[in-house]
Amino acid sequence: MDTNAKAPVKKMMLILSKATLDNVYACFILANGARMEGIEAEIFFTFFGLEAINQKKLQHLHVATVGNPAMHIPTLVGGLPGMESFATNMMKKEMEKLDIPEVEEFLYILHASGVKLWACKLAMDMFHLSKEDLFEEVDGVLTVGDFYTQAQGEGTHLLFI
Amino acid sequence: MELVLAGNQIQLNDQGYLTDFSQWTKEVGEAIAQQEGIALTDAHWKVIHYLQDQHKQDIPLSIRKIGKSNVVSIKEFYDLFPTGPLKISSKIAGIPKPASCI
Repeated sequence: MDTNAKAPVKKMMLILSKATLDNVYACFILANGARMEGIEAEIFFTFFGLEAINQKKLQHLHVATVGNPAMHIPTLVGGLPGMESFATNMMKKEMEKLDIPEVEEFLYILHASGVKLWACKLAMDMFHLSKEDLFEEVDGVLTVGDFYTQAQGEGTHLLFI
Repeated sequence: MELVLAGNQIQLNDQGYLTDFSQWTKEVGEAIAQQEGIALTDAHWKVIHYLQDQHKQDIPLSIRKIGKSNVVSIKEFYDLFPTGPLKISSKIAGIPKPASCI
């Protein structure tokens, strides 16, 4: 095989395992950006990542001010009451300036763009959630095996966030 | 790169976008659409004219803004230009490739 032959990315399978706002946005922007390039995209929400499609939680996600050296806030200060809300509001304002929507609107955009949204069955069981607790456009609840079946095909890439 | 159409040379950049919008005509748009495998309908033209209008006003384009434009929904936009709505429609409209990540 010609090693210089182009191997275009045809499908991105993103696994979101965290619910801090920076990770959620990274995942959503990568999925949306794939669709904008004509690449298929699917997101598997697992562990804390499930909060991003949990209807009661998704509008209240935060950035982490503790244990996040890039925030440049001393750990003790970062742990004070209200710090996470403060940092989150700052970030949301900056995002809005860049025309980046809030989590719920972003989920609607992803769905309309053809991104498939999957909840992880094991994580659903662990957090005692049912399909009714999830964002209305979630495509289904999958096992890890189902997710790998979805990933079949040449040009598929998997990314863990 | 260039596109020769009815004897006129249209200048394109290496990604196939017009480098000078004043060279754009409806026929140029149709020729680029054909290369992209798209048969233009009224719905396509509505979007293309909207994009050109925004471009003339120096308004940056994004999928989100187009979804809110009342010209086309995001889903319809993807149905019209399935291989990359914003980049293909911009190419046909003769405007630069949008630098937006969203």
